[in-house]
Amino acid sequence: MSLWHVAQVVAVERLTASARALTLSVPGFVEAVAGQHVDLRLTAPDGYQAVRAYSLARVGRDEVVEIAVDRIPGGEVSGFLVDDAQVGDRMEVRGPLGGFFVWRPDDVGPVQLVAGGSGVVPLAAMVRSRAAAGSPAPFRLLCSVRTRADAFWADELSSSPGVETTWVYTREVPPGVTRPAGRLSADDVAAHVLAPGESPRVFVCGPTGFVEAAAALLLDAGHDPDLVRTERFGGA
Amino acid sequence: MAVFTRGFGGRRPEPERPLPPGQHLTQDFPVLSTGPTPNVDASRWELTVRTESGTEHRWDRAALQALPAEDVTVDIHCVTRWSKHDTHWRGVPVDAFFEDVETAADFVVAHSYGGYTTNLPLDDLLDGRAWVVFEYEGEPLAPVHGGPVRLLVPHLYFWKSAKWLRGLVLHEHDEPGFWEQNGYHLYGDPWSEQRYS
Repeated sequence: MSLWHVAQVVAVERLTASARALTLSVPGFVEAVAGQHVDLRLTAPDGYQAVRAYSLARVGRDEVVEIAVDRIPGGEVSGFLVDDAQVGDRMEVRGPLGGFFVWRPDDVGPVQLVAGGSGVVPLAAMVRSRAAAGSPAPFRLLCSVRTRADAFWADELSSSPGVETTWVYTREVPPGVTRPAGRLSADDVAAHVLAPGESPRVFVCGPTGFVEAAAALLLDAGHDPDLVRTERFGGA
Repeated sequence: MAVFTRGFGGRRPEPERPLPPGQHLTQDFPVLSTGPTPNVDASRWELTVRTESGTEHRWDRAALQALPAEDVTVDIHCVTRWSKHDTHWRGVPVDAFFEDVETAADFVVAHSYGGYTTNLPLDDLLDGRAWVVFEYEGEPLAPVHGGPVRLLVPHLYFWKSAKWLRGLVLHEHDEPGFWEQNGYHLYGDPWSEQRYS
């Protein structure tokens, strides 16, 4: 299963000051499930290669890979993808990968999604997968971002029918929002997360510090650790 | 056929020694766990070694601290492609836990608090190649990195170094653990790039 597919950039879209979405045409890439990721391989003219993993932002179209990349300071791959990559550029893709942090449309139970920053990407794939399938599964999405300008796909994610979406802001609050800026709190969880009694499956994705804090709040609120799945990036 | 990426040069910080294929160096310590970090009370922590015949050997925190510990400096390699050079740990070689264990089994499943499992050949845990560790960089091992006690098997991909270690169960046959049932390689040698099954 060590198959690398040739990928070509077919669209790029600015999401925030530090992030872009990239759409790749990838012949041979099939059957991705929301929550999965790909390995992306870049090769320099002298043969030097770098590989990074990126979550899929949308699934359901074979031979198409959609990712969103946030620039990491000093990141040799994220910097290239956010600032330099152009339509027509070629790279390689392996996947889809990962079989645990996934949501399938035939699962009709309640789902709670909790995102920190660019951790919204695989959760957005779940929201889109639900919409595309016409799934009746109750969904809630709780997103923590620094400011309104740092939110990915804010309008789309706030208006997906049947999905209750809440944004909380850690640095700066947009006009009309009464909750003061601050990190995700027990009050936020009590107000916006599906109750433990409904036994929602919970997916938490974000930077390590965010996921640690959010998962602890969820357990404190009474959620079953076996129903909470996490995906983290970055160090602790 | 190589596929070159126009405009990509790479910053390629030159590692002072070779990395396994497909890996890059990181300075921080990324965390990968499938769920919440379990709350393991160090005062109630126990490690059980169970043989294929069902015989159990147990160590609590005090018994662990009575075993001869050593400082270990190793490079670690995560299947998600980061490697970290010169990580410093303190712990007890796994050999110490097998001194009185009678077994003919060739395989082990490591079990964690929280339910995680991973499988290894017994030989890979012995001869000073693996440790039961409780300190990282001079501090008690943090829960997010597997504290109070984790397994350290640096010559395999790091998913084999089970966090929140609670048991080593011997098996006559290789029994796939959590990630090994979810697409990862049964053995996981980074130098042969055994990432996926």
